[in-house]
Amino acid sequence: MVAIIGKSCQITGGYKLENHRATQNLADKGSSRKPSDHLQPGVILVNRYSIQSVVGVGGMGAVYCARDLHFPNVVKRVAVKEMINLARDPVIHDTIVRNFEREANILATLNHPSIPRIYDYFSQDDRSYLIIEFIEGKDLEEILTENDEFLDEVQVVNWAIELCDVISYLHDNKPEPIIFRDIKPSNIMVDIHAHILLVDFGIAKTFRTGQKGTMIGTEGYSPPEQYKGEATQQADIYALGATLHHLLTKRDPRLEPPFSFEERRIRTINPAISPELESVIYTALSYEPEKRFITTADMKNALIASAKKTGILNKLPAAIKPFTRETAEISTVWKFECEDEIRGTPLFCNRMIFIGAYDNNLYALNASNGEFIWKFATEGGIVCKPAVFEGNIYIGSEDQRLYCINLRSGQEIWSYYSNGPIRSSPHIAEGHIFIGSDDAYLHAVNALSGRRAWRVDAGAPVRSTPLLVGEQIYFGTEAGDLFCVDLGGNIKWRFKAKRALTSSPIYANGIIYVGSVDTLLYALDAKSGYIIWRFRMAKATISTPFITDNYIFTGSVDSHIYCIDLHSAKEIWNFATDNQVTSSPVTYQDSVYCGSVDGAIYCLEFRTGRLRWKYQTGGPITGTPVIADDVLYFGSTDHKIYAIVL
Amino acid sequence: MTSLFDRLFHKKTKETLPRSHQYPEEPKLETADPSTGVLDKKNTSASLPNIDIDLEVTQLIVGVAQSSGIQRDHNEDSLFTLTTNLITDERAVDFGLYIIADGMGGHDNGELASRIAVGRLASHVINTLYKPLINSTSNGVEISIQEAMQNGVFQAHQAVKKETNGGGTTLTAAIILGDQVTITHVGDSRAYLLEPDGNIKLLTHDHSMVKRLVDIGQISPEQALIHPQRNVLYRALGQGEPFEPDIFSFQVCHGCQLLLCSDGLWGVIQESDLAQKIYSSQSPQVICQSLINSANEAGGPDNISAILVRFPN
Repeated sequence: MVAIIGKSCQITGGYKLENHRATQNLADKGSSRKPSDHLQPGVILVNRYSIQSVVGVGGMGAVYCARDLHFPNVVKRVAVKEMINLARDPVIHDTIVRNFEREANILATLNHPSIPRIYDYFSQDDRSYLIIEFIEGKDLEEILTENDEFLDEVQVVNWAIELCDVISYLHDNKPEPIIFRDIKPSNIMVDIHAHILLVDFGIAKTFRTGQKGTMIGTEGYSPPEQYKGEATQQADIYALGATLHHLLTKRDPRLEPPFSFEERRIRTINPAISPELESVIYTALSYEPEKRFITTADMKNALIASAKKTGILNKLPAAIKPFTRETAEISTVWKFECEDEIRGTPLFCNRMIFIGAYDNNLYALNASNGEFIWKFATEGGIVCKPAVFEGNIYIGSEDQRLYCINLRSGQEIWSYYSNGPIRSSPHIAEGHIFIGSDDAYLHAVNALSGRRAWRVDAGAPVRSTPLLVGEQIYFGTEAGDLFCVDLGGNIKWRFKAKRALTSSPIYANGIIYVGSVDTLLYALDAKSGYIIWRFRMAKATISTPFITDNYIFTGSVDSHIYCIDLHSAKEIWNFATDNQVTSSPVTYQDSVYCGSVDGAIYCLEFRTGRLRWKYQTGGPITGTPVIADDVLYFGSTDHKIYAIVL
Repeated sequence: MTSLFDRLFHKKTKETLPRSHQYPEEPKLETADPSTGVLDKKNTSASLPNIDIDLEVTQLIVGVAQSSGIQRDHNEDSLFTLTTNLITDERAVDFGLYIIADGMGGHDNGELASRIAVGRLASHVINTLYKPLINSTSNGVEISIQEAMQNGVFQAHQAVKKETNGGGTTLTAAIILGDQVTITHVGDSRAYLLEPDGNIKLLTHDHSMVKRLVDIGQISPEQALIHPQRNVLYRALGQGEPFEPDIFSFQVCHGCQLLLCSDGLWGVIQESDLAQKIYSSQSPQVICQSLINSANEAGGPDNISAILVRFPN
């Protein structure tokens, strides 16, 4: 026979009450006193415990902080846990009270530093009370919520070992082992001395009567066999594994499908965790109870063994760096130095690299060795990405002109004047160049003649690159308008973001995706412009998003690279660089590449955001890298264009 | 047909068809000759205008049916449908909102929960999304479809918690805007997509314990059907905190059909049979009624609800 003391109810020594009580309580209202009728401060129970404040309220009653009046000269605080007996049938009512007293007696015999002391218990009318040691501290759920960063492995391993100790103590209880059955972060407190306490022995479960309905709690931490009605030591081991998983990944299992820890590998989410620790936790999380540790003592030994292997047993907390390739290991194919900053994006075409610089030149380089082929001088800086069409290169310049240049000779064929600097990149379709200008127009220019077909008044500078899908052209403006115009230049619809749309729109499956300086990435119905979803970043985005599989990647001035689910707009991962990300990400094979104003180009595993390597240059990288034949080409404001082998 | 190039130089594109020639697709009901019992195809086609029309206005065609089933005397399912078209000189907007909820809980809490959930979500979406949408141009809509859906579901969740005594409900809803569909889902009602090529695709994931136990190989699908906890949900509206609905959007192709139904339908009729019935050429209304009839013929153990939305060809 196993005594089961546990299974989810309110805390004893702690402050925290579960807030998902409703999931488990479908009991009829049988009491004349509602659970919300809690005791007021000043009420004195059994002439001894003076209620001071409510610590928490739950479906079964409340937890109070009280003063023990038997110690008149000192303030001795205790926690009072109140449980309301909802049974209307007097026989059931009495049975519940007897069960409560029996379990309180078991708890009162426990003596372990990680278990709060039970001082007293009594019943009055339809309520029973437990008087428990008052713990100053926080529960692990609060600690998880308060910390934006992942918890440190050393810290978590320390807690895990203490938890193994206290659970072993319960499991070794004589004559009957005690199964806690509800191990989870909100039932574990860390006191002011940084030690673990196991709180909320769910004695109140006996107060739940007449459960009806089809709902059970989305506990998240319970093992599969619990739903077959089995409760064993292995169930506690699973729940401990689940708790450690939550602590290390910050992914709340109550928000996930049950038993899905395997689908959220710890090291995928938090690569800083050692494979050794991960392995221990997944042993505890095995679906089959017999594949888990046999006892919590075994689990503790495995934790210590893994800590020895990783060296953290003897070490003070130190950040465990993810595996990265050093810059020196990456082979640079070539570098080419211009006379001023490169802020734009190169074009790979005909085994040549074309790139504009702020020395006013467009450069044509041999892609395989970086040899200079020709340069074309404009009268302004070039940030735009060149485009190619029928043997000619098209480029806009801050000298207000759009140029058509012979790809082989570098000779000008024609130039077209707008009335403002050109920072938008040309999009070529249907024999026409579509390009925006700071003169607040979108221009459609005949690719052969260089003559204007039409222009659309956009009301503000157009720096984004227009996009043609079917017969619609989409482009954003610095006033935050996204225009959809037809091939005749007629406006079909207009969407307004709160701030500038410098990011260029992209299209997939009937949706236009565009980022805004208003910090949002928008998914808009391409036909109507209505918002399907929005994804918020901490700061502005001018990076152009990139789509691969069901992921959309983008960068933000908040210095992160984001990966977002295309359909649900949920963040899959983010990666922090050391400065703004205005460069646009691109993917190639299973990596995403993106530059940062911190001067590095990053290579991340695209499904997890895990850093594979970074390559440092001498200046901020604002342009987008281009990949061809396993070589990555990008420019930097250190004046250089780089070609590196992937 | 004018070339794209030409169109670049003509600011005013001519409407290819006058508005009066555009009309929505109608369901075609084939009628049998009463004397022979044979479908008179010739007669049917002759009754329709024989004009080759390039349809510009699209029309969602919707069927709805519901039954409390054979073995239940009360109905805990609720549903809502709204199908609208807005056509003005500057834009044409097709908008649809479809909701199914299957309530649970003792006494009348199940009925109450599904009724509250459907009502709250519908009114929230209409107020925050649909009204601004018909009132103004797109930049007047301040909220995304997914946010409107999510906020509506959270309001429904709070309302069910507050206004019922422990009631809960499943909820599966779709907002259709043109060919973009946004689904929100909690519990074990389902959304299926039926593609023109005959494929039936389950879009939603049941938030039920047995589904998870099957997924991780702890029990077999056969055991799931008779599992004592087969009705146990790990997520339901009005139940539990933290609460999070599934929400996702996708594009449908022309000629697709979207089926929303409660477990009174999918638990009784196999997917392949669902697909077969839906691919009959009948109108969605006729199909829905026949689906419900089939579920009742198979015993009707639970309340049955079905909404079928047919997208234009």
